Amino acid sequence: MSLNPTVLLVIALAPLFGALVAGLLRNQVGRIGAHTVTIAGVALSCALSFHVLFQLAWDGAEPYNANLYTWFQVGGISAHIGFLVDKLTAMMMVVVTFVSLMVHIYTIGYMDEDPGYQRFFAYIALFTFSMLMLVMSNNFLQLFFGWEAVGLVSYLLIGFWFKRPSAIFANMKAFLVNRVGDFGFLLGIAGVLYFFHSFDYATVFAHSDSLVGKTLDLVGGTPWSAATVICLCLFVGAMGKSAQVPLHVWLPDSMEGPTPISALIHAATMVTAGIFMVARMSPLFELSETALSVVLFLGATTALFTGLIGIVQNDIKRVVAYSTLSQLGYMTVALGVSAYAGGVYHLMTHAFFKALLFLGAGSVIVAMHHEQDMRYMGGLRKYMPITWITMWLGSLALAGAPGFAGFFSKDAIIEAVGEAHRGWVGSYAYFCVMAGVFVTALYSFRLLYKTFHGAERFVVDMHHGHDDHGHHESGHLAHAPQESPWVITLPLILLAIPSVLIGWSTVGPMVFGDWFGGAIHVAERNDVLKELSSEFHGPLAMVLHGFAQPPFWIAFAGFVVATYIWLFNPAITAKFKAALKPIYSVLVNKYWIDEIYQAVFARGSIALGRALWKGGDVGVIDNVLIDGTSAGVGRIAATVRWIQTGYLYTYAFAMILGLVFLLGGLWWVVGK
Amino acid sequence: MITLSHYIVLGTILFCISVAGIFINRKNIIVLLMSIELMLLAVNTNFVAFSRFLGNVDGQVFVFFILTVAAAESAIGLAILVALFRNRATINVGEIDSMKG
Repeated sequence: MSLNPTVLLVIALAPLFGALVAGLLRNQVGRIGAHTVTIAGVALSCALSFHVLFQLAWDGAEPYNANLYTWFQVGGISAHIGFLVDKLTAMMMVVVTFVSLMVHIYTIGYMDEDPGYQRFFAYIALFTFSMLMLVMSNNFLQLFFGWEAVGLVSYLLIGFWFKRPSAIFANMKAFLVNRVGDFGFLLGIAGVLYFFHSFDYATVFAHSDSLVGKTLDLVGGTPWSAATVICLCLFVGAMGKSAQVPLHVWLPDSMEGPTPISALIHAATMVTAGIFMVARMSPLFELSETALSVVLFLGATTALFTGLIGIVQNDIKRVVAYSTLSQLGYMTVALGVSAYAGGVYHLMTHAFFKALLFLGAGSVIVAMHHEQDMRYMGGLRKYMPITWITMWLGSLALAGAPGFAGFFSKDAIIEAVGEAHRGWVGSYAYFCVMAGVFVTALYSFRLLYKTFHGAERFVVDMHHGHDDHGHHESGHLAHAPQESPWVITLPLILLAIPSVLIGWSTVGPMVFGDWFGGAIHVAERNDVLKELSSEFHGPLAMVLHGFAQPPFWIAFAGFVVATYIWLFNPAITAKFKAALKPIYSVLVNKYWIDEIYQAVFARGSIALGRALWKGGDVGVIDNVLIDGTSAGVGRIAATVRWIQTGYLYTYAFAMILGLVFLLGGLWWVVGK
Repeated sequence: MITLSHYIVLGTILFCISVAGIFINRKNIIVLLMSIELMLLAVNTNFVAFSRFLGNVDGQVFVFFILTVAAAESAIGLAILVALFRNRATINVGEIDSMKG
């Protein structure tokens, strides 16, 4: 039994078809046509993705790997369009299409009043297509195509409200930061091509051992291990896309885009592309202990330090954005300790609960008439009960409450880090992920309390006309907040279900079993999950065991602290701010990383550009080469023209003089 | 006894006078034409002298050609001079400088 290539093609192309119809025929199909055709396309993709997953997981179908079309052949290297669909891919396909479908439905409600309705649907369907091409690829080039395509759509969607200067700034920033990552990624692919002479995954991974012992001379004549260089280059790509320190700066700013895409692209799917890619490249990463240690270090740093920023943010979306950064850090940590399955598993659970949290935040934002500042919220639970409950479920999953999806994945990662033998980097990572648990609980419950509990910090002001939807005074609403329509609450409920339940049935096979099969390769000496699997006795035992473990108590402590501070004694925050002023200002300013980049790279580029403009373009090219040449010709001509007196006798004199010289010269030469 | 060298010296003197006439003269274009004629005559003198000295008639035949060409050239030169005078109302060498750079 094998997979049907037509089905796979339909999965990839149905969203593209929807995107083309909604985008190119937007005036013909109208609003209803646009959302119908894109939702139908994505729903078809989603249904078929589930079908493929079932075939692979239960019907024992063989992984599909074939080229469907040859793009070009150059000098013995051929680039194909092809699909590699194994369980890892199938899981990603299901996550992508399911979250995308939820977001499509949600968008009907969220973008209801927006003039760019059809354009938005075209973009998100195009995103779904690009992401599917990325995950289904069977070669590096198609992966790169999908990689760039999702980056492009991300750029378009962050700048969706292109009349806002802040959105344009944010999308430029995202694009430029991602260029840095993509440059590294491209170098990594070039390295793969250089050593393996092939783009094809199967070929490369089958010969990955040939990389052992090979070296590259990069700088200073020091030989570098080829595997380390390639893996680090590839990981730079992952750092850009998955927003790891120090390339994380674009993700918080990307919140300028509409909330549905924050959920889809900047939380659930696109930003996890880097995690997926590293897991897919596991046969290469397993060759380099150094690369894995770098991955571990950066992931741990991201996990803790971006989470800390989340505690001091007031914009509801930015809190969730920093939480996303922190969770991506957890996934990267899992990759760093070779627990690829744990990282990918956290990717999946995170996709559900983080999409849920973002969509819930969006629901709140709609209810608050596009107010995002939590200082003007509070007490919303009685106005919007469905959003309130689903957000609670999502936050419990995020904080890792035992039994919820996030518990299984995060606990597996933390235990894997504890089990790994990675020297001081391992200890540092263990500290970071442990401290991160506390931080996660703190910002998650802070968000809930500030938004849904406590006193109402907004005023319902009937004097403002209903049409007055634009931004007026913060905290003044034209009418009372109300629960969002069903198109918004339905996705929340549908996402809450897996956020709560999915861990029970999947953690055993996916993390501790060999569910992914050949898709993920772990070297024997690094296989921490295998060591852990001997202690795994079913999900129930894991939950019960979890209550006795430090992560639970740390998270519980975070919960207690958050409850005390933001539910019972909000006034104390001012005291904390005053007492911890240095730390507070470090966090509020996000470690000044943006400012440093602004000063070094942005200003540096401007200064370099100005120097080249003034010195190179104006100075050398204009003044010396172009104007200089014509001025030189003029000066020479002005000097020479005094010979041309116009008088006959001068010319005659010159002729005779010339004759004398000619004959004299001739006589001199011949006479010798 | 008048020798070949006397003729050559005469020819040289005539040639030098004509050269001097060409570029010391600042007044009149007719003087310029005359100087050119004189230059040709200096050459003719040399031709005749060498022809007589070598006993070869070729040089004297050449002189006839040169005289003919000189006559034609004078005619053309004077015609140009007339045209010039009509246009510029002057034949003063010092004033004819439209080719000045």
